[in-house]
Amino acid sequence: MTTAFLSLRDAMATHVHDGMTVALEGFTHLIPFAAGHELIRQQRRGLTLVRMTPDLIYDQMIGMGCATSLVFSWGGNPGVGSLHRLRDAIENQWPNAITIDEHSHAGMAVRYSAGASGLPFGILKGYTGTGLAVENRAHVMTIPCPFTGEDVTALPALTPDVTILHAQQADVAGNVLLRGIVGASREAAMAATRLVVTVEEVVEELAAPMNAFVIPSWQVHAIAEVPGGAYPSYALGFYSRDNAFYQAWDDIARTRPEFQAWMERHVLSTTDHTEFLRSVGAAE
Amino acid sequence: MTTSAHTPDEMMTVAAARRLRNGAVCFVGIGLPSAACNLARITHAPDLVLIYESGTVGARPTVLPLSIGDGELAETARSVIPLPEIFTHYLQRGRVDIGFLGAAQVDRFGNLNSTVIGPYSQPTVRLPGAGGAPEIAAHAREVLVVMKQSARSFVEQLDFCTTQARPSALITDLGVFEPEATTRELSLVAVFEGVTADAVIAACGWPLRVADRLATVAPPTGEELGILRDLHARTRDAHAERVRIRLPF
Repeated sequence: MTTAFLSLRDAMATHVHDGMTVALEGFTHLIPFAAGHELIRQQRRGLTLVRMTPDLIYDQMIGMGCATSLVFSWGGNPGVGSLHRLRDAIENQWPNAITIDEHSHAGMAVRYSAGASGLPFGILKGYTGTGLAVENRAHVMTIPCPFTGEDVTALPALTPDVTILHAQQADVAGNVLLRGIVGASREAAMAATRLVVTVEEVVEELAAPMNAFVIPSWQVHAIAEVPGGAYPSYALGFYSRDNAFYQAWDDIARTRPEFQAWMERHVLSTTDHTEFLRSVGAAE
Repeated sequence: MTTSAHTPDEMMTVAAARRLRNGAVCFVGIGLPSAACNLARITHAPDLVLIYESGTVGARPTVLPLSIGDGELAETARSVIPLPEIFTHYLQRGRVDIGFLGAAQVDRFGNLNSTVIGPYSQPTVRLPGAGGAPEIAAHAREVLVVMKQSARSFVEQLDFCTTQARPSALITDLGVFEPEATTRELSLVAVFEGVTADAVIAACGWPLRVADRLATVAPPTGEELGILRDLHARTRDAHAERVRIRLPF
């Protein structure tokens, strides 16, 4: 397979279709906001969205009606409070009902790892005595260790149709380098059928240390060069997390009209991520 | 320096920080736990090892992170590892001494709810959910819980059990609860200065037992309060800065 270098618009149009299971990963760091916004512009519907921490990007996609299902482990605005659009969808089915498949962080990590390893399920010591084990019986099962008889918890593998990541760099051959906090990005990338990556920059050659997190080009279906593509999350070495924006989001997303007006003005009315960054005052 | 003007939140943070011994490996949640751990690290426990679930091991932040994965944590950490390894190699394998948690509801044994208010299938309030908490509580050698106290959040019956926890201490903005030896039920063992046992009982939704010998927690020292306030001031300034990206094209 040869990696395709595409515009973000073409990358999303080619690889993400209505009804797919899609994981936009990145734990606080390197969250692919530009890709999520492009899916909102292209009005994707019926997606099963997978992320450990839905964060603002899924708050936006859920509020704009892209999703009918969510697989996750912590759905808040970190250090700020609620994700109001996620809450509105679960509490009031607005703009549509969504089903949830809820886990702990350790559980999501195990599910991605199983998917990345070609296993049908993964195991951990966890979920004991929790409501998650009671309410999510379809996806949480206690089984005995075949060797010792000890009880462990089994969770089904996660294998997204598409995983989307944001990374610092790709080289011209399509190899991708991630640095800093990677969360479960490696596992989410290798669990997926297709992998699409947005990057800060494309360089001739990656100056990657020997043990660096490099995804080989033959695992990467498409790359789009999108500077600032993780904003308002961050890309270590390029720009910081806009904590002030995360705090401001609490008011923007609190009511439906204010949320819709913001999305209309900054996402639907902009044609690409550069315009989005200018529109929210995040570009120099 | 006078220390009489401290707030209940500051007292809670200081009381929590004092329980962290130097050299312990601590799995840190965001918010109050993070403030308490960093206060301890800057004061009496310089070798406290802070692990944040994002994958940062041995973080030494100069400002408090807003999220669990701020760049500040990565840049000051001894190492940054994949998140699955944090939960398997470090936590599940038994390499964490202290887990530090908060929640929306707590019961008399220290079990925690951070998932829903109301029924799970049709909640009146959908809360963020479990995150790392269930396995932190299951695998850390010791669990501490910090929570502001109210009869609404200290409940007879949790709406949902997110985390089966048996904390060694529950630190509130009024005092400190610890489990009784035989029943494991939390009872009030210490109050903050100027707080009566009756006030703590009134802000608790279950019939709270009070230890025979009720201690009073010493108020924050000038040093503790000064360092905590500096930390919060630096953090506020840092978080207020908007980010501007220089676009290459």
